[in-house]
Parts: sequence; C-alpha cells; structure tokens
Amino acid sequence: MKRLINLRPSRSTGILLGLLPFVVLLVVYLAGSQARLADNPNDKLLPAFSSLGDAVERMALEPSKRSGDILLWTDTAASLQRLGLGVGISALIGLVFGVALGTVPYLRAGLSPLVSSLSLIPPLALLPILFIVFGLGELSKVVLIVFGVAPFIIRDLQQRAQELPAELLVKAQTLGASTWQIILRVVVPQLLPRLLDAVRLSLGAAWLFLIAAEAIAATDGLGYRIFLVRRYLAMDVVLPYVVWITLLAYLTDLLLRIASRRAFRWYHQLNGEGN
Amino acid sequence: MARIAFNNVWKEYGDQVVLERLNLTVGDGEFCTVVGASGCGKTTFLRMLLGQESPTRGRILLDGEPLPAEPGRDRGIVFQRYSVFPHLTVLNNVLLGLELKDAPLTARLFGRARRQARDKAIQMLDAVGLGQALDKYPSALSGGMQQRLALAQSLVMEPRILLLDEPFGALDPGIRSDMHRLVLDLWRKLGLTVFMITHDLEEGFYLGTRLLVFDKLRVDPQAPGAYGASITYDLPVGATERRLYEDIRDDVRATPRALAAAVDAAG
Repeated sequence: MKRLINLRPSRSTGILLGLLPFVVLLVVYLAGSQARLADNPNDKLLPAFSSLGDAVERMALEPSKRSGDILLWTDTAASLQRLGLGVGISALIGLVFGVALGTVPYLRAGLSPLVSSLSLIPPLALLPILFIVFGLGELSKVVLIVFGVAPFIIRDLQQRAQELPAELLVKAQTLGASTWQIILRVVVPQLLPRLLDAVRLSLGAAWLFLIAAEAIAATDGLGYRIFLVRRYLAMDVVLPYVVWITLLAYLTDLLLRIASRRAFRWYHQLNGEGN
Repeated sequence: MARIAFNNVWKEYGDQVVLERLNLTVGDGEFCTVVGASGCGKTTFLRMLLGQESPTRGRILLDGEPLPAEPGRDRGIVFQRYSVFPHLTVLNNVLLGLELKDAPLTARLFGRARRQARDKAIQMLDAVGLGQALDKYPSALSGGMQQRLALAQSLVMEPRILLLDEPFGALDPGIRSDMHRLVLDLWRKLGLTVFMITHDLEEGFYLGTRLLVFDKLRVDPQAPGAYGASITYDLPVGATERRLYEDIRDDVRATPRALAAAVDAAG
C-alpha cells in the first residue's frame, strides 16, 4: 500500500470528488427544509426549492409592481457598476503608485510610510466619514472600495517591481534607457499580468466593501436588496441572491484569468502553465 | 590608446577589503578573460566597470575620461541569467535598444524608422543564428539560445566595451564551445573590447588575448577580510605553457581553502 500523500485521483475521480461536497450540502439542505416545512408549513428559514424558484421568477423575470423594473437586473447592474468603477480606479492607482514606488527609491522613501499607514486603516471605519464628505450617493461607495483595495494593490505591485531581477534593469540601462523608458518598456509591461493577479486577489475584499456600503445606504444593488428583504425574513430571495453574487464573483475571476492568458502569453509560459 | 585604465583602485566595504592596488591598462580590441576563486573580487571588478559600484580609492578611466558612475550604452553586458526581457519576443528584445535610442519619449518606433531598425535587428539576429526564431518568447528558447539573444541585444547597440559575466556558466559543454566560437567571431568582426568573467580557468586560457587572474596575495587567518584581492597574473593568451596553467590553477584553488579555514578557525 502506497503512502496517502502518493495516491493521486484520476481526472474523472477528481471531478467527482470535487462535486461530492456540493451534493452533500444540497441533500442536507433539502432534508432540513423538508423536516422544517413538515413541522410548520409557514417556516421561512429553509424554503423549499419550489418557493426559491418562485422568488427567482419574481425577481429575475417579472417587472416589479412598484417601479416596473426587473429587480435582479437593476440590482446587478448597479452593483457591478460600483464594483467595476471601484476596482478599476484602484487598479489604475495601484499601477501608477506601485510602479513609481517600486522603481524610484526617492519616491519609495517619501511615500511608502504613508501608503503603509493608509493600508492599516480599516476601510469600514472610514465609511461614516465618506458618507459625510461624499454624501450617500454612488461616489462614497466607489471611494470605499478604492480605499479598501488600492493600498493592497499598490503594495503588492511595489513588491513585484522590486522583485524584478536587477540584471534586467542594468541591461536596460546598458541599452541606453532613461528612467522613464525603463518604466515604460520594462517595468510596466512586466507588471501588467501581476496587476491582474492582484486585482483577482482583491475582488473578494471589493465585494465585501460593496455589500457593506449598499447595506447601509443605497436604493438599489445586490447588497441593498438582501439587507432589505432580511426584514421580512425572505430567505427565498436572500439565498438565490447570495448564490448569484457568488456566481458573479466566480465569473469575474474566470474572465480576468482568461484575459490574462490571452494578453500575457509570455507570463504564463514563464510560469510553466503552457500555452 | 588605452581604452580602460585602473589607477591604483581599491574597493572596501567597511573594513572588508575586496580589491586592493588594482592597476590595469587595457587597449582597444583586447579580449580579457578574468578568472579567480569566488570572493576574489571578479564580480566587484565587473560591477565597477559597469558603473554599478565606484572605487573607494583610485580612479577608473574610460578613454582618458573618468568612467560614468552608472551603466550606459557604451558598455554592453551579458549576465549568466536574466539578460533578456521575458515579456518581449526575440525580435523585440533586439529592437528595444534601437527604439530607446531614437524615441526618448515613447520608446517605440513606427513606420519607416521601425522598418529600418527591424532590418538591423534581424541582421544581428541572423549573425548569432536566431534568424528563425524572431517571434518566440525567450522562455521558449534553450539556455544557449537565450545567451545568443542577449549577445545580439547588446551588440546591436554597437557598444565599445562588452562585459560578459560568466555568460556560459550554465550551459552544457558542447553548447559552450559553440558559444566560444560565436563570441570570438563577433569580437573579431566588430572590433570590440571584451571583458569576460569566468569560473572556468581553462576557458580563460584559450579564449581571447589576455588572461587576468584575481587572487588574494595574503590571507590573514585572524581576519579574512583584512586583505583584498588583486591581479596576480596578467598574461598574454597563447604564449603560456601547461605548467603555468597548473601553477595558477593550484594557486586559485588554494585561496578558498585558506579562507574557509580562516572562517572555521574564527567560528
């Protein structure tokens, strides 16, 4: 008998094993839901699949009676817009400052302590200030995401820039490159795929800040909706929304991964991921 | 005229003396191989030539002028590793230097200027045998091919001095002798002044025109850093005998042992 660490599942076994926990979870839910509903047909905690289906139909296919909008889509559009703006701006700030701090020692000496301090502030503690300064509109939500995510990206990219082999920077200088040219042709192109990595890693935090901001002050958005219907214990709406948010998070990650492979073939070859 | 002159150069880090009393004059078109044990200042010597380090005492002159204190276009380099840009294709790696030179702001060339630069780059790549791999990324090349690319990338800028830092140390012996032929060929054709650092004494003995051996003349067992290394042999290549090669080899091998013994004794 081989040691456990030397036993590897085949591809199909691996997929089956991966699916197993999901199936178990589903079965446990169904059993729990049935047991509770048999006890009390009005139970709201673990709704049956039929009522979940009804709720999805109501939210995703039928216009709302009050506004005439299809709520799931308006919520999704609002949330994705905030998330996209927040993460996009963070990525831009992260790239500019990460490259500058990672490449120019004088800028690093001057700004690194500030960035480190800012990154230690819990972003949610700033939310009241953001609401006071920027109002309850879109801006404060986007700024919250930027505050939560940008310092991480700056620090990550600064680190990556400093990890570039010194030989490459010397080589560029022996080819006559100025500081600006080194940034433009050597540092930034090599950091772009790493920026995508950093963005992927920070998406989880970005969703957290988005939903927190929406829960506190918004009139639409995925986070707003689940906190709104919580008041009526509407688990039949909350659960599909959570699954939907998870799916969106998974899809954004997948999209970024594919984009990175397409755009930065050299990077993935370098890391031995094949073509 | 002397291309490079070291006038009584010392390099110290705190009370660690790395190089001492370094005097050297190298003329135009010479091919110097630099050998010596680890810790005998070969790399420091190269970093000073690059401009990455400045001497603590003495002066280094390039064509009679003080050597610039940072790397520049007049001194090309090929390192053992990380000499080429992984994010650029073979062609763009060689094109890069030409683009940097002619487009200070965008560092990119377009249209006719690009076509001219491209032709020049391809010519250089043909010369090193990479004409068939223009669109590959360096990670898809073998170690020897990557070093050919690094050579082409440096030489397309027509540097006056080419520095080679153990460029073939990581290559298989067969590939290495191909590379020797290539380097000698390019050196003759382009009239370069070459400094090549190598671990391999034998390589130093038949490649190039001049052999420089870096070694410590004195080792103080109580303070291994108290005395620096200097050039102990400065020989024209080709006029030396087997006997001398063996003497130098024994000398060079003895130094790390003495240093290690000193460290052990101190510990």
